[in-house]
Amino acid sequence: MTPVMNRLSASHVGRPVIAARDVYKSFGQTPALVGSTLTVQPGEVLSVMGPSGSGKSTLLHCLAGIYTPDAGEIWFDGQRLDTLSDTRRTELRRTSFGFVFQFGQLVPELTVADNIALPLLLGRVGRKAAYARVGAWLPRLGLDGLGARRTGELSGGQAQRVAIARAMVARPKVLFADEPTGSLDTLTGEMVMELLVRSAREEGTTVVVVTHEPRVAACADRHVLVRDGKVVTHAGAAVADAEVEVER
Amino acid sequence: MSVPLTLLGLLEREPSYGYDLKRDYDTYFGRGKPLPFGQVYATLRRLARDGKVTGGEAEPGAGPDRKPYTITGLGAHEFDSWLMQPIEPEPHLQTVLFSKVVLALMLGRPADTYLDIQRAMHLRRMHELTEVKRTGSLMDGLLADHGLFHLEADLRWIDVTSARLHALAEMVRST
Repeated sequence: MTPVMNRLSASHVGRPVIAARDVYKSFGQTPALVGSTLTVQPGEVLSVMGPSGSGKSTLLHCLAGIYTPDAGEIWFDGQRLDTLSDTRRTELRRTSFGFVFQFGQLVPELTVADNIALPLLLGRVGRKAAYARVGAWLPRLGLDGLGARRTGELSGGQAQRVAIARAMVARPKVLFADEPTGSLDTLTGEMVMELLVRSAREEGTTVVVVTHEPRVAACADRHVLVRDGKVVTHAGAAVADAEVEVER
Repeated sequence: MSVPLTLLGLLEREPSYGYDLKRDYDTYFGRGKPLPFGQVYATLRRLARDGKVTGGEAEPGAGPDRKPYTITGLGAHEFDSWLMQPIEPEPHLQTVLFSKVVLALMLGRPADTYLDIQRAMHLRRMHELTEVKRTGSLMDGLLADHGLFHLEADLRWIDVTSARLHALAEMVRST
């Protein structure tokens, strides 16, 4: 199928920015996802909850094009994601997605400003323009005066705020966050989540956040539960294919 | 919330008029449920009758019952005793949530669906309280926190119970 044929009708009302349709993914003999179906609307903040090993992180990695499903479809912005080449998916992740993980995964040898600038520099934005955008993001996340500091010298909360800035600086359409406050105490985690959601709302960025913490999920507009590899609505029923507004 | 003890606490700061007591009560403790004037003055009269406060001379021409109230030694002692008395930690061993789950299992109804619906309700309320924290004052936020921590505890119980539902079902059906 060509990219043009993959593209959905632009006039589709309520078209999701991200959709998973009947997705299966196994690791060896261990099934992680067994027919997961989910849609995420533009600008929405969606929490994905579920017990450890339920498949929620695998689902996020499939939605973000990091994992390729064994079966099923992943759609992003009207485009089939799972059938793209590795190169194209990598490019899409860099240009359209932002990521925040439990442990910031910052580059310890680089400064705060360098870490935040990375996605822009990799995207061939000029150094001057890149660092100007970094300079604008530092105060938004309470990182004034920390631009020249090595990330190894930061507290956990500061490191996660740097991770949010790095994820948002390239103005992604979707921000994927996997247990973004998992390593933080309650108060710090709350502040980090507040900043993450506020930044995303200001930029119109869609957020998919995987968490097992109810207080993090409470920041979201909508919640789904992953149980035994399936997405379950909170009314208890697995999400049906018909609910996925994807046109083929 | 005990209105008499709260008024005693407010009077412990300084002698006050009924109007001022009502205003401060509503500001700090009312949370959208203002204390009726009638209840303020009725409570003050009872406290005065019991020797816990004294009412000063009514100020002439200043409206009905416009007199300053002062806490007595007896009132201060009662307030101090109440303040230092820890409240009973309620174990909630027989909650409605638990009863519903057991009854659902006993009757072969979908207990997991009930728990999912309840989880959604809890999350919705937590979302509302999170908005209160985000937009309200520090006092609103701390009260919202109190609610959030309790709801969170319920949610953890819901998750643990969901995970053990098969074992619980076997136990319920075998007894």
